[in-house]
Parts: sequence; structure tokens; C-alpha cells
Amino acid sequence: MVVKVISSAEAIAEAAKRARPDVIPVYPITPQTKISEKLADYVADGELDAHYIKVESEHSAMSAAIGASGAGVRVFTATSSQGLAYMHEPVFAAAGMRVPIVMADANRALSSPINIWNDQQDSLAERDAGWIQIYAETGQEAFDTTIQAFKIAENKNVLLPVMVCVDGFILTHTVDPVELIDQEDIDEFLPPYEPEHSYLDPEDPMSLGTLADPDHYMEIRHDIEVALENAKDVITEVGQEFGEKFGRSYGLVEEYKTEDAEIILMAMGSICDTIKDVIDQQREAGVKVGLLRVRVYRPFPKEAIKAAVGDATLAVLDKDISFSAGGALYLDTKSAVDNPTYNYIVGLGGRDITPSHIEEIIEKTKNPEKDVEWIGLKE
Amino acid sequence: MSIGAVVKEPGSSRNNKTGSWRTFKPVKSDKCIQCGICYYFCPEGCISTDIEIDYDYCKGCGICAEECPVKAISMER
Repeated sequence: MVVKVISSAEAIAEAAKRARPDVIPVYPITPQTKISEKLADYVADGELDAHYIKVESEHSAMSAAIGASGAGVRVFTATSSQGLAYMHEPVFAAAGMRVPIVMADANRALSSPINIWNDQQDSLAERDAGWIQIYAETGQEAFDTTIQAFKIAENKNVLLPVMVCVDGFILTHTVDPVELIDQEDIDEFLPPYEPEHSYLDPEDPMSLGTLADPDHYMEIRHDIEVALENAKDVITEVGQEFGEKFGRSYGLVEEYKTEDAEIILMAMGSICDTIKDVIDQQREAGVKVGLLRVRVYRPFPKEAIKAAVGDATLAVLDKDISFSAGGALYLDTKSAVDNPTYNYIVGLGGRDITPSHIEEIIEKTKNPEKDVEWIGLKE
Repeated sequence: MSIGAVVKEPGSSRNNKTGSWRTFKPVKSDKCIQCGICYYFCPEGCISTDIEIDYDYCKGCGICAEECPVKAISMER
């Protein structure tokens, strides 16, 4: 085992390499590019025995990923923002065909105006695709989650693609100490992929991605709903098994000082690190505040959220906006719990979210005036 | 139903008899000179090399009748 001070982009590439994918169809895009570059290096240097497809677009990247995964091999890809938007059509198809692709998304704002910096609008706009979405808080979690993602995706009760979401630049381009688990330990945790429902075999031909008429479509879509529900247990089990083996356990949500909290902040991704610092300070000042970090956004962990929030007032931070309605996490939370819940839209297009913004949010939640409020706007 | 709507029985598209979509039906007369132009032009592969029309799958597009050089095919209701 070795600890390296690396960016999350490199951590994800290191993890993807150790998962031994057979095919990597990928198109570079800021701030994901480091992932595709590192993987290209590994393949070129002979460190990774994979077929690296230099596709001409993200639509092709996902299409090639579906084809390869449908042929029965392990597939990894990565994208960001406009790239994810460009592959929107095959992203939905991947879930429908139940191909267990793992894709990293370096979360970045969507145009227009064009902006390369971080928010989470890109992946949240894909929330209905049928993919599992996991949001990492740190470089270590990005590494660990990428490994777990394959095991979750390939589980027979799941068979759905997984998106590992990391905040662009904030995680992808800043360095952190990351413990890189040895290959043999990963091999033990993540055995080779054995396809069952789809594979390429001329002796046993099959069709994938066929037409389904109104007599069949709903049942096939309902299967996705069932598989996503199944994924809740699988993600929890895989996160626990990972903890038993490697010392870091993961679940659907992470509770931080929520037990007696009167106000619970809810958020996803790297911002949770800052929020925890603010909570520590506020706790010292006697404010009963906690954080519920939503690690897994799809499947939406309704039960875990309900169990964690008690009767606290909720302040939901969203780095995304469904215009005129509110942020994605807020809207889903509102539909899951009866607690008083307020929404703060923050950090769009890379706008800094400072501890004083978090303090402002806690103050506002004590005497709320609006359901949905934008924080950090200039006068 | 299989996972992801995978079809494990080859040739299942034959179960969907698209001839039911047809409004006008191409009918061959004895003016036919067996030139094979309709066979080449049929987008559905519904005309055989000996110029027999497969009404199970012919959608009635009329391309065969349009292309026939001796007007041997007529489109009928």
C-alpha cells in the first residue's frame, strides 16, 4: 500500500486502472482530461491491458461503452459538463440496456454562458437516466468509490451503470494524500466481470437495444426502478465490505453531528468538507447544527434521510437549479420528508462558497424568509 | 422478460408482421418481364428474385410500382 499526494483525477485513473477495465472509450474535456490522459499513459506504457478507444465525441464514447459492455467486458469512461450533455441520449440507453458501465463525471457548469468551473448541474440534469450517482467528498473517496462502483454496477440484483461524481477543479485539480490500495487486494475485492444477461457469443446470439412496444416498455422501465431500489442495499453492503477490508466504510449518507441538531444542512460533494469545519465552530459556540451528506443521490436514499433528520429544520445546499422550482436535492428531499426545509442555491459556475456563506445559511435558516434563496450573489 | 430487454431468440423481428401497416398493396400483372428492378429497389426486401411479393412484411410504400419499367405493378386498395 502506498500513499501518494495526488489530485482526484489521478486518484480516479489509479482506481480505474486497478479495476482492470477491458475497454476505455473516452473523449477529453476540462476538467476531466487528466483522467483520460492518465489512462492513455497506462495503456501506452503497458501498465494497463485495455483497449483505449479515441472516439470523436462523447456521444460516441458512451455508444462505444454500451457496445463494449454489451459484448460482455468491463468498461470505464469519464466525462464532464457539455460532454455529459452531449452523451445524454446514450446515457439513458445504457441504463435501459442494463450495462454495468462505470463513468467518472468531473462536475462542471453547463452553458450558457460557457464556464469550465464547478457546479453539479451537469450530472443532476441526468438524474432521471436510471444511473446510480455517487458524489465523492475527497480524493480518497473518489478512489475508493471508483473501485466500489464496478462491484455495485455488476451485482446481479443491480446491473446498472454508475456515475462517480467529483467536483471539477475543487477535487480534480487539487492534491490530497490518497492511499492507493495494492492491485492484489483490489483483485480480491473486485473479481473479473462475468457477464450474464448480455455478451457477444456467435454460438449463442442475442439482440441488445431492441424495440419494445407499448405492451412491454413499462415493465422494462419498471425493472430499472426495482434494480435502483435493490442498489440501496448493494451499495451499503459493498461500502461495508470495503470498510472491513480497507478500513474506510461508506454508506448512502453520512451523518455529521446530526443527533441532537436543530438545524441540519444537507449537501453533496466537496463542499461538505467546508461545512464540517463550520459546524465544528458553531458547535463550540453552542449552536445545535449538523450535516447530512448525501453521498448517493440515485437511488435517492429516502429512508436513510428520514431516519437521520428527526424533526430538525433542513437547509439544503444545491450547486444546481431547476429554474423556478429549486435545486434538485431540495426538491427530492421535500418529497421525502415533512420537515421544514429551505433551499440555498450556491456555487454556480465555480463561485466560491466560503465558511461565511455557510454561516449565513445557518443564520437564515433560523428565521427563514424564502423557500429558495441564492447565496453569494453580487449586489 | 429478460434483463435490459435482451432478446436471446434470433430472428424475433419476424414476429412483427409489418404488412399490417399497409394501405395500398402492390399487385403484379402478367406484363412483368422479370427484370428484377423491383427486387433491387424494395427497401424492405419483400420481393424475391423470382418476383414474388411477401405481403407479411410489405408496407405498401409503392417504390416497386414507381420503378417498374413496364408498369407491371399496380397499387390497389
